[in-house]
Amino acid sequence: MELMLQVFIFLAAGVIAVPLASRLGLGAVLGYLIAGAVIGPFVLGLVKNPESIMHFAEFGVVMMLFLIGLELEPSLLWRMRSPILGLGGLQVIVTTAALASVGYYVLDLTWQASTAIGLILSLSSTAIALQLLAERQHLKSESGQASFAVLLFQDIAVIPIIALLPLLATTASKGSKAAEHGSSLIAHLPAWQQAGITIAVILSIIFSGRLLLRPILRFIADSNLREIFTAAALMLVVGIALVMGMVGLSPALGAFIAGVVLATSEYRHELEATIEPFKALLLGLFFMSVGANIDFNLLIKEPILIGYLVIGLVVVKFFLLLFLAKVYRISHSERYWFAFCLAQGGEFGFVLLALALQNQVLGSHWVDILTVTIALSMLTTPILVMINERILQPHLKLPQDLEIGEDAKLTTQQDTPVIIAGFGRFGQIIGRLLVANHIPVTVLDNNTAHIERVRPFGFKVFYGDASRADLLEMAGAATAQVLVIAIDEREKVKDIIRIAKNHYPNLKLYVRAYDMLNYQELQALGVNHVEREMFHSSLQLGQQVLKALGMRAYQAHRKALQFALHDKMLIEALGKIKAERGSKAFVSEARRVQEEVLELLQADRYNRHYYTDHTWEQPIEDEQRSH
Amino acid sequence: MQRILVLLAHPAFERSRVQSYLADAAKSLEGVKVHDLYHHYPNFMIDVMREQGLLMEHEVIVFQHPFYWYSVPALLKEWMDLVLEHGFGYGSKAVALKGKYLMNALSAGGSSKSYQATGLNRFTVRQLLAPFEQTATLCGMHYLEPFVVYEADSLSEKQLIQQAERYRNSLLSLQRGDTWS
Repeated sequence: MELMLQVFIFLAAGVIAVPLASRLGLGAVLGYLIAGAVIGPFVLGLVKNPESIMHFAEFGVVMMLFLIGLELEPSLLWRMRSPILGLGGLQVIVTTAALASVGYYVLDLTWQASTAIGLILSLSSTAIALQLLAERQHLKSESGQASFAVLLFQDIAVIPIIALLPLLATTASKGSKAAEHGSSLIAHLPAWQQAGITIAVILSIIFSGRLLLRPILRFIADSNLREIFTAAALMLVVGIALVMGMVGLSPALGAFIAGVVLATSEYRHELEATIEPFKALLLGLFFMSVGANIDFNLLIKEPILIGYLVIGLVVVKFFLLLFLAKVYRISHSERYWFAFCLAQGGEFGFVLLALALQNQVLGSHWVDILTVTIALSMLTTPILVMINERILQPHLKLPQDLEIGEDAKLTTQQDTPVIIAGFGRFGQIIGRLLVANHIPVTVLDNNTAHIERVRPFGFKVFYGDASRADLLEMAGAATAQVLVIAIDEREKVKDIIRIAKNHYPNLKLYVRAYDMLNYQELQALGVNHVEREMFHSSLQLGQQVLKALGMRAYQAHRKALQFALHDKMLIEALGKIKAERGSKAFVSEARRVQEEVLELLQADRYNRHYYTDHTWEQPIEDEQRSH
Repeated sequence: MQRILVLLAHPAFERSRVQSYLADAAKSLEGVKVHDLYHHYPNFMIDVMREQGLLMEHEVIVFQHPFYWYSVPALLKEWMDLVLEHGFGYGSKAVALKGKYLMNALSAGGSSKSYQATGLNRFTVRQLLAPFEQTATLCGMHYLEPFVVYEADSLSEKQLIQQAERYRNSLLSLQRGDTWS
């Protein structure tokens, strides 16, 4: 019952504080932190043992990294190697050096203790930074990517730091004691064996992800039991965390690797959807336990020291991050996002502090003080990010404009008959066709490269996210006749359609679909015209193949056109049937596409006579009969 | 009242003078369906079933077109090739078009004088339209005297309005069935 009560208190605090904080514009993270502080032992004292809950809640961080891994395909990760190693590595080294020298010269600690503090505090909070960036849909931005790279490097860096801490112990005998600590089963082995086992574990995660997990997931998915799939997804993440823990690696890192391995699998979306709610709840729990762990007694006893430490930590990290961002040529306004998001101590800091205490690298007094410092520094981040967003960013707009180009900002009301959202390879063709026919076009795109390249050619291309109602309005949605949506993110496409349908009923929506299922979804949303991105070019190629096989060009052309008509008819009919029956609840998207393709192939077999011009040729059946 | 289907065929309708006036006149009448073929089938991919359905629903079919090389624009010819197929338009079992009426409404650049045995074009318009007349006959339809606008390129605005009015009256009398009752 005690446990139930604790769970109830945590949930209730979250349910009350988070919507309240969101309403006040403070953001969910700050809401959780405050809720945690309030129910913690030092304010209301409703929760007895926040550390143990924190241990459990750290799982939220693991799941978060698993989800991030799912979003990242290996090729993308490979492309990011330079910021991960360069920016991440520099951040850890420079920050460690700076903070260690503060410890050594200002706080008058030994060089070992200073180094340990430097290392521990150089880490930032993955949970807070990524959650804040995600809340603001900033993960895909320049600063989001850079933050992610740095955090990933830090997660990897935790491993050598764990190895390094015992070496910093002032009394040699403690080394062996440290080895007994922790969950690592291989800590007693020689270093080279440890390294070998570690590499073997990581490789086995990669290989089993590739070879074993997919068939297992397929088997489970085929059983059509949703809760078992959920269980399997959770088991997967928990299992990886356990294995990684056994060899003394960061569970978050292991989950991340597993995520990357599964990023290309057909169960990616299913896994994402399954884990997401758990992640969100556990992360919330984690933030609350951080809040609950703030030792207010210590704060009251040493307010000045702790105050200096928190401010010092945040300020030092902030300016170093700002400097590194400049070195790495992150654009002006993005730099501040990056620096504010990462200027705090991390959750690994708590773990490492405990380890440092066990190894007697740091005394319990400093460990307690630094624990409070890290927790408080986490509390500052959402506030600073809010200040950045509300106050700093509007002022930074000008220098940023210099980089995108002053006129690329959509600040004046546009009035063209056509708006194109997304100016990638698809949108550009439409734009060119329209402009070649003297039809003025307003283009919204959130890729600066697209914008800069085509601006000189007289396109009214603006930087912006078309799913923002205010930007759509500014682009002239109220007076335009047609809105072409050709952006990649499928959810965003649906958002734009909903906004447009709600606010601009006269605006005709012409939308590019990713594939057949997306085509049916978009059609169901009631857009005027959908076109699959690959369809016509594939058909063109197919037509060329028919020609290559000896069919006359005109005949091949007719066949392609007839196929297109027939295919459109079938897919729309299938979509309608599905809408009536309700979509098959539990099959992964990839499998649904496959099933529909099979249905279409089946239909094609029965409808072959459809692809003929009756007047000019006999239907196939007749021909066969006459032979 | 007879239902009239106007099959409008003009590849560059936007630049046409006479045809747009005629089309507007036709559209102004209730019970007249103007079906712009080049608008519906830009790639000549005619929906045969749909076109046959339209034919069944109307009693009078009008081919409205410029007189290109003494005939109809390519898409209308394609339409004839595909839609009037065996078993529907002609053939022992074809009854779909029996008793319906067919008329060409066309604009020509030449004068009425040029469309005479002694003129530049050596034949009258009616003579040059013989393939359509025979098409109608083979389909069991009645072929009507063509509606012709001569000197299409040099008509004044006022004359265009007059021609459109003449077309309107002509369609109205077709609707009433005057010409053949």
